Parts: sequence; structure tokens; C-alpha cells
Amino acid sequence: MNASVIIFYIISAFILGAGLLAVTARKIFRSAIWLLFSLIGIASLYFWMEVEFVAAVQIVVYVGGIVVLIIFSIFLTQKSGDEMPKPVKQRAIFSALAVLFGCGFVFNLIREFGFTSINQQPFEVKVSDIGMQMLSTSDYGFVLPFEVVSILLLAALIGCIVIAMKVKHTEK
Amino acid sequence: MNEITVTHILFVSTALFFIGMYGLFTRRNMITMLMAVELILNSVNINFVAFNKYVYPGKLDGIFFTIFVITIAAAEAAVAIAIIINLYRSHHSIDVEDASELKY
Repeated sequence: MNASVIIFYIISAFILGAGLLAVTARKIFRSAIWLLFSLIGIASLYFWMEVEFVAAVQIVVYVGGIVVLIIFSIFLTQKSGDEMPKPVKQRAIFSALAVLFGCGFVFNLIREFGFTSINQQPFEVKVSDIGMQMLSTSDYGFVLPFEVVSILLLAALIGCIVIAMKVKHTEK
Repeated sequence: MNEITVTHILFVSTALFFIGMYGLFTRRNMITMLMAVELILNSVNINFVAFNKYVYPGKLDGIFFTIFVITIAAAEAAVAIAIIINLYRSHHSIDVEDASELKY
């Protein structure tokens, strides 16, 4: 039981507690803030796994982008001080049962499988390696998905503008 | 107990996945359902990074999949919020029970 193990348990408890509060909080703005804490916890889990680049991407994209977007849309569409209605009791009970059963099933599956970790080789992620492989056209290069994703982002950008644009009623 | 293996991290990500699933089942508000989907996507990302670090330490494929999933999640959140705001403009509510024109 060394410091690294204790830090892992603290981070996991933080992630799961904040996530549980994010899906059960009654006020929608508090729910968004708990989601923010859960995402920060996941970023710290990436730091704990020594993949600093992914942790930085997580903080920039999720915490800086998506959560701010969600908070803006809450302010545009909701009275954020009001409490949301409670979920229907029957639905809550049955979804909790389904989730607990699924959770137990998958836990059992993971425990029985017993993954063998290879710890001989050190795992280090250099940002230069990521960049070289991302834009390489040889074998195991990721240039095609990179280009496809950039087209997808452009399409999403234009699509958002078209969907959210105000339509002027001129012919009335 | 003395060393964290890939199994421990898989337990955490499974629990996070099912927490998101519970939110998706019980919430009826579109923004909170979107938050639950974000939690599910994040649990998948944790899996990718953990497998890359502990099972295939010589490669970088898990990192790339994580980066692409984050990109697509950002695009998905932006489109979903545009749709939600448009729905609010036409129905004055973002409860999924109120948007039932296409149901039958």
C-alpha cells in the first residue's frame, strides 16, 4: 500500500462520487458543476497513468469547451434555480436494478478474465511520437482518420450554424 | 491490493459507465441526458488508455483512439446543443416527453 495506490483510490472515489451526484442532483446547474468535477477527476486519472498529453486534451476540450457549452445552454433554456421534477419512482427503481445487475455482471466478467499486464516495457508517450504517427502515411499511420475527423468537424460546424439559425418569416 | 493493475482501472470505468447509464434512464431533461452520455464516453476513454498502458505498452493506438473519441464527442455535443436550443425555440421546453410529434 504505497502512495501511488492511495492516490489512485482517492481519484477513483472522487470520479465516481462526482459522477453519481451529476446524475442525481435535482438542480440542473449543480448537476453541470458536478459533471465538471468528475471530468477534472478523469483528467487527474490520466495524469496518474502518465499520459500527460491526453490529460491536457481532456482539460482543454471537456472542461474548457463542452462543460462551458452545456452551462450556456442551461442558461438559455432553463430557469437554473428551479428544482427538476423527481423521476417516476417505478422507472427509478427498475433502472437502478438494471444498472446494478449490469454492473455486477461486468465486474464478474472482468474479475474472471484476469488480464495479464506486461510491465517489463516502460510506457512513455512523447508528444513528438504522437504527432509523427498522426500524420504519417506509412503503415500504422493515422492520417486518413485525421482528415476524416477534420471534415467531420467542419460539417458539424456548418450543421450547428444551420440548425440554430433563426428563420426569418418574410412571406407572412 | 498492493499494486494497481488494469483490472482496478476497468472496475472504475465500468462503474462510471453504469452511473452514466442510470442518468440516461432516469433523467427526462435533454441537457442532463447529454451529460450522462458524456460520462459514458469518458468511461470508454479510460478503458482505451488503460489497455494501452498496461497490456500493449509499446504502441500508441489507445492514445489515438482516445483523441479521436474526444474530438467526435465535442462535435456531437455541439450538434446536440444546437438541436436542443432549436427545440426550445419551437416547443418552449426541452423535456423529451413534450417532443412527441414524431412518435406515432
